[in-house]
Amino acid sequence: MVEISLCSDRALPVNAEGPSQSALHSGPEGTTLHSRRKHANSPLAIMKSRSALQETGDLRIRAATASDCAGLIALDEEVTGLAKRQYWKELFTRSKSRRRSPRFILLAEANKQIVGFIVGEIRAWEFGEPACGWVFAIQVRPKTRLKGVATELFQALCEAFRDAGITKVRTIMARGNHLVLSFFRSQGMMAGPFIELETNLD
Amino acid sequence: MKLQKASSIAIYAVLELAANPEHQLSGTEIASKYGISAHHLAKVLRDLGRAGIVEAVRGVGGGYRLTANPKRLTLLDVIQIFEPVGPQNELSGGSRISTDAEHALRIVLEELDDHTVATFRSITISTMLKLMVRKPWASALRASRVGRRAASRR
Repeated sequence: MVEISLCSDRALPVNAEGPSQSALHSGPEGTTLHSRRKHANSPLAIMKSRSALQETGDLRIRAATASDCAGLIALDEEVTGLAKRQYWKELFTRSKSRRRSPRFILLAEANKQIVGFIVGEIRAWEFGEPACGWVFAIQVRPKTRLKGVATELFQALCEAFRDAGITKVRTIMARGNHLVLSFFRSQGMMAGPFIELETNLD
Repeated sequence: MKLQKASSIAIYAVLELAANPEHQLSGTEIASKYGISAHHLAKVLRDLGRAGIVEAVRGVGGGYRLTANPKRLTLLDVIQIFEPVGPQNELSGGSRISTDAEHALRIVLEELDDHTVATFRSITISTMLKLMVRKPWASALRASRVGRRAASRR
């Protein structure tokens, strides 16, 4: 479910499914996301990074727009070695339509270059659980790592979730992805109540 | 699950040192805080020193300090010094597994082992320190006390 490539340069197995329910709300250019609360239409806006990214310059976190698709595909391919053009194009396309489950694609931008992204979605009653935010993917350009970019992305996504009234965030990743597991642990995430099971269909 | 005492002591000692990077802590201070034997702690600290995780600081004031990077040092790194973690070939006493039941049980135990290793490997000392600050157990403890008080009033 989650394709994450944060600190590892290894190509990760890709789950090309993507979120089954599309409906990202991407708001006006450069802004964020749909809030479920009628009184709030709080764009995520452009957040100045709290971390001192001297080498990368000013870090901005913002919502992705359609024009960012190509840059995101390029970053994904650079990190994973896999070109998933169709997957990302469909993600962006589905994101334009009205959704029951808000999706967030946030970018980290430094010196006008995309250096990272995070994709998340609010889903309700998946696996029998009330609405919560899911992190589906997070990536940071290798040269920009260890500078707090992933933390900024994650915190921005959590803020978007909170703004939409969500109080729980979850993710799933490969057990062998130690560094990314460590990252999410460092953000305060702990094992949840689920167990992922699988079988082969022969 | 339960860790061997030496592993727990080692983790406590490493956490204390990591939480106080500017100071050296004596074995006595750490032993006193956790109510553990100073002698046992000394042995653990010696093993941690051999592993390059801590070092003894000689001279006036003495003590120990952490030499490993707490953002990189994981619980697995510490625990593995004192006990094996992960798949152990002890199900059949080291002899070949031949029955279906042994194979089936082995699969289940390996599943648990894989989870255990992944969990310990994913938690750094730095993350443990953040957990200690957050205290997620505090609300559960409070709720438990409230529940007990309510029950006693009935």
